Amino acid sequence: MSRLSIIGIVIVVVFVLVAIFAPWIATHDVGTTNLAVRYIGPSAAHWFGTDSTGRDIFSRVVFGARISLEVGIIVVAVSALVGTLIGAVAGYYGSWVDRFLSGYVFNVFLAFPGLLLAIALVAFVNEQQMLGYLESRIDYLLEIILSKFLGLHTLSQYLVEIRLTELFGGGLFKILLALCIVGWVGYARVIRAQVLKVREYDFVQAARALGASNMRILFTHILPNAIQPLIVQASLGMAGAVLSEASLSFLGVGISPPTPSWGVMIEDARDLSTLQAAPHALIFPGLAIALTVLAFNFIGDGLREYLDPRQRRR
Amino acid sequence: MKHKLFGIIRRAGLLVLVVWTVVSLVTILIELVPGDPAIAVLGEQATPEQLAQFRAKHGLDRPAFLFGFPRDENSQRHFRWYGLSNRYDDYWVAILHGDLGTSFRTDRPVVDLILERYPATIELAIVAMLIAVCIAIPLGVIAGKNRGTLIDNSLSVIALVGISLPGFVIGPLLVYLFAVKLQWLPGYGLEGWQSIILPAFTLGAALSAILTRMVRSSVIEELSEGYVRTARAKGLSERTVVYKHVLKNGLIPVVTVLGLQLGVLLAGAIITEKIFGWPGLGLLLVEDGIGKRDYSVVQGCVLTISTTYILANTLTDVVYRWLDPRIRVS
Repeated sequence: MSRLSIIGIVIVVVFVLVAIFAPWIATHDVGTTNLAVRYIGPSAAHWFGTDSTGRDIFSRVVFGARISLEVGIIVVAVSALVGTLIGAVAGYYGSWVDRFLSGYVFNVFLAFPGLLLAIALVAFVNEQQMLGYLESRIDYLLEIILSKFLGLHTLSQYLVEIRLTELFGGGLFKILLALCIVGWVGYARVIRAQVLKVREYDFVQAARALGASNMRILFTHILPNAIQPLIVQASLGMAGAVLSEASLSFLGVGISPPTPSWGVMIEDARDLSTLQAAPHALIFPGLAIALTVLAFNFIGDGLREYLDPRQRRR
Repeated sequence: MKHKLFGIIRRAGLLVLVVWTVVSLVTILIELVPGDPAIAVLGEQATPEQLAQFRAKHGLDRPAFLFGFPRDENSQRHFRWYGLSNRYDDYWVAILHGDLGTSFRTDRPVVDLILERYPATIELAIVAMLIAVCIAIPLGVIAGKNRGTLIDNSLSVIALVGISLPGFVIGPLLVYLFAVKLQWLPGYGLEGWQSIILPAFTLGAALSAILTRMVRSSVIEELSEGYVRTARAKGLSERTVVYKHVLKNGLIPVVTVLGLQLGVLLAGAIITEKIFGWPGLGLLLVEDGIGKRDYSVVQGCVLTISTTYILANTLTDVVYRWLDPRIRVS
C-alpha cells in the first residue's frame, strides 16, 4: 500500500469514529443559538469558533460527519447492490438483454450530468408523501409477519412503530433516493465488463459442463471473481456521495437547514458579512469535506494501483 | 466504409433515443411535484377560480400522458385511455416548434429566459476551460519530465487536493481572499470583465487538476517512445523534444477529456453560478426555477443543460474517432 492510501485510511477511521461517537465528542448542542457569542474565533470554549447565530462550529462539524457517513454508506451499498445485479445480468446473459441494458439504459443514465439529475429529482420528489407511504407499507408488512406468522401479537404492537420520517426525514431520504438513482450505473458498467471477461474462463465452462444452473454459475462462480474492481469504485463512490450530499445541501435542495450538514454550514457561512467577521465558519466545514473526499480518493487510487500492478510503475 | 456508415447511423440513433428519453423524463417529472403545482405557485389563499384559470393556462387541467389510472368516487384506481390530446404530446409538439412553455411565475416564454442566460454560462465554461488548460499543460509537463522526484510527487498531491476540493469551498475562499481581504476583484454579480475571473477559476480548478494528471501520464508514456530517442539523438534541445514532439502526440487523450469536460463544466456551473451570482442557466435553474417553484423553468433548464451535455459528448466522440485512426479500426 502506498503512503497516501495509509493517510487516507487513517483519516477515514477518524471520520468514522467521530461520526459514531458524535454525541460524546460534541462539546455543545448543535441547534442552540446564542447571539451574544456570535462570530467568536477559535478558542478554548469553542474550539472551531461560532457561526453567525452563535452555534458551536466544532459540534456541528462533528454531527455533520454523521450525515456524510450515513449518506455515503447507504448510497454506496444500495447502488453497488443494484448496479452489481443489473450489470451481472447484462454481462452474463448478453444478446438483447445486454443490448437493451448497456446500449440504452446505461447510456440514458450517463447522458445526464449526475449532479443535474440529482437536483432535478430532489426538486420534484415529495419526500413527506413517499416516506409516509413507505412507512404504512412497512408497518403493515411487519404486523402481518409478526402477528400472523410468528404469533407475537403483543410484540408486534411495540415493533411496528418504525418511524421512517424520524430516521430519514429533513431531506435525507430524497438525497439518498436521488444519489442511488444516479449512482448505480457506474457499478453496473464495471461489473458488466468484469462478468464479460470472467464468463469465458475455463472454470466457468467446467461448472457449466457439470450441469450447474445459470444462477449458480453467476452467483457462486462468476461474481466472486468479478467483484474486485467494485472495491475501487465503492471507495471513489464514497467520495462522490459525500461531495454530492454537500453540493445538494449547499444548493438548498438537500438537508434542510437547522440540521448540521457540512454543505448547509458552508451555505450559511458564505455571505459577505459572515466571511468578513468569521471566515473560520467557512474554513472548518470546508476542510472537513475536503479531507473526507481526499481520504476516500487516496484509498481508491491506492486500491486501484494495488489491484492493477501495471499502473504501479507510472 | 460500410462499417463506418453503420457506426454513424447507430450513434445518431442512440442520440435520438437518449434525447427522447430525457425529454420524456423531464415532462413526467412534473407529475412528482409535491401536491398541486397550482397551489404551490399561487399559494394556499388562492380562490378556486384562480386555481382553475392557472391550471387551464398551463394545461395542468389536461391529462398528463396517453393513459392514466385516475381514482373514481370510491378512490379505486382504474385504467383510462385519454387519446392524443394530452400534455405529453403537447410538450413534444411545442418543443419541435422551439417552445418550452411559459414561466409559471412571470408568464414569459421559458425559451426567452433560457436564451437570455445561456451565453453567460457558455462564456463562463469556456474561460474556465482556458484557465484550466493554461495551468495544466505546463504543470503536467513538469511533473511528467521529473517523474518520481519531489516536484512530481508534490504536484500529484496538489492535483489530488484540487480534485477533492469542491467548488463551493474554493469559491467562497477565493471571495474571502480577493474580494473581502485584498479587494482586488468583485466577489458577486457582474461588474465588468474582472467579474469572470473568480468564477472561472473556481469552475476550472477541478478540471485543471484532472488535466494535470492526464498530461503527466501522457508525457511519461510518450517519453518512452522510440521517436523521442531519435529526436534526442538528432541533437534537438530537450525543450523542442518535449513541446514539439511529445506534447503533440500526448495531447490526443487530453482533447477527449476536454470535450467530455465541457459538458461537465456546463452542468457544474450550477454551483459556481450560485456562489458568485453569475447570471447563467444554473442560477436560473436554482433560484428562479427550484427556489420559486417555477416548474416550467426547471423543466426547460434541465432539458437545455442535459441536451447540451449529450451533444458535447457525442461531438467529442466523433472528433476523437476522426483524430485518432486507431480507434476507428477497433
